[in-house]
Amino acid sequence: MEPSVIVDGVVKRFRIRHVRSLKEIASRAIRGKSEERNEFTALHDISFEIPPGQIVGLIGFNGSGKSTLLKCISGVLTPDEGMVGLRGRVAGLIEVGAGFHPDLTGRENVYLNGAILGMSKEEIDAAFDSIVEFSEIPEFIDTEVKFYSSGMFLRLAFSVAVHTDPDIFLVDEILAVGDEPFQRKCLARIRELHDSGKTLLIVSHDLDMIAKLCERAILLEHGRIVVDGDASEVVARLRAQ
Amino acid sequence: MADGTAAVLPSGMTAPGGSASLFDIGRHRYLLRLVVRKEMRVRYQGSLLGLAWTYVKPAVQFAVFYFVMGTFLGMSARISPFAVFLFSGMVIVNLFTEILTNSTRSVTGNAPLVRKIYLPRQLFPVSSVFVALAHFAPQVVILVLGALVSGWTPDVVGLLAGLAGTAIVVCLALGVGLITAAINVAFRDIENITDLIAMVAVWFSPVLYPWSFVRDAFVDYPALLNLYFANPLTVAVELFHRAFWAGAAQPLDRPDGVLTDLWTHAAIAGAVSVVVLLIGDFTFRRMSYKFAQEL
Repeated sequence: MEPSVIVDGVVKRFRIRHVRSLKEIASRAIRGKSEERNEFTALHDISFEIPPGQIVGLIGFNGSGKSTLLKCISGVLTPDEGMVGLRGRVAGLIEVGAGFHPDLTGRENVYLNGAILGMSKEEIDAAFDSIVEFSEIPEFIDTEVKFYSSGMFLRLAFSVAVHTDPDIFLVDEILAVGDEPFQRKCLARIRELHDSGKTLLIVSHDLDMIAKLCERAILLEHGRIVVDGDASEVVARLRAQ
Repeated sequence: MADGTAAVLPSGMTAPGGSASLFDIGRHRYLLRLVVRKEMRVRYQGSLLGLAWTYVKPAVQFAVFYFVMGTFLGMSARISPFAVFLFSGMVIVNLFTEILTNSTRSVTGNAPLVRKIYLPRQLFPVSSVFVALAHFAPQVVILVLGALVSGWTPDVVGLLAGLAGTAIVVCLALGVGLITAAINVAFRDIENITDLIAMVAVWFSPVLYPWSFVRDAFVDYPALLNLYFANPLTVAVELFHRAFWAGAAQPLDRPDGVLTDLWTHAAIAGAVSVVVLLIGDFTFRRMSYKFAQEL
């Protein structure tokens, strides 16, 4: 079967610039010090493919490059080398509520965020009631989001995200939101998406969840793929470290 | 691959992100509309006067210029009706400065979005154009009312001049704004520079004085005069004088108040603005790859 995600030889470097003002540049020039430039390679030659309908966990310690990889796949970052190919529409839930504006009401944010995630007006209209119902906060939908509790905020944001209809879902550490009943509901929804044939790539530190939810896991360490295989085996491997 | 070889995706696959051109924004019309609405809502959030501030600022500016230039410095006697002359120039220059200053801040102002979700980044500068146009429209209505009170008779050529002036300013301001917005991501100095450009724009285009003053001052320096008229903003102001002031002016004042060979200058200014817009689009596209990591 044709893969739905191809990551081929992706390298991502970040330049860390320390000097930011003319005064500092001038004073360094006078003292004869050159500008300090640190190059930091976040991803070294990452390659893998995901067949359609697979649910893949991306795990690793902090700073291993998981989020950078996800951002490269979603298009927020452009790889310095290599390429990423996608088949179908992608929705990157890189961070819950990234497109939410505190000064707008819940309703306005649903529309704005839905459009940002690639939905048309008609699609949002059709999904609106279901989004509100899923979030379980219908009484606050016309309140400005800045007055929401963090739980309410995350509920609404997650609810919008799972109602977009992309072919590929990128999920970054968003399942740790809300109280336990809501978390269970989110997981059920993720499984539903999986059952309906969506491709999912999930970043999480919740290893138990990855082991239960995913068929396959990829372990990253310092920007390199260490293991790529059955989810519970990869989780066991990370735990052993 | 970075060297351009073998970077061939299997058929049916697309690369994520990438650099959409300015002209792809058409596909995101609905999102653009929501972003514009958001900008309008958010700008005057928590302010009592709200949208009324967009009237207060030009009104105060107008009053100051009218009394200082018109009454104290005697411009009202040279160019009548001076109020219409002044306001028609101010309206179009304000459109320029608003697009420029807002689009410069548009990418940095939406940093949370740019960092986390991929959407065509041109959306933000383009949305500031629409916000500026929404503030520009009521000013034009006031201008038309004022001109009518001063005995202005509308004409077709004048209408075309007004449209041409607006188009030139939108292209020019968006073109420059795309460049400044992109640079502003790495160097916030640009915000201060655009504020300076905004100030210089008011004084160096024939808003407060007729263009004939410049002609007389630069009579021995044709190169400087040509430079002055090469500025599309100068021509846009003159087009607005033709549109809203000429129809109300004394026949004797007209040659002083509206540039001769206006349409030749307009064609050149239009071409310059379009070139600036294309350069702006190209620059923005090239630099937008780095936005997410620079912010």
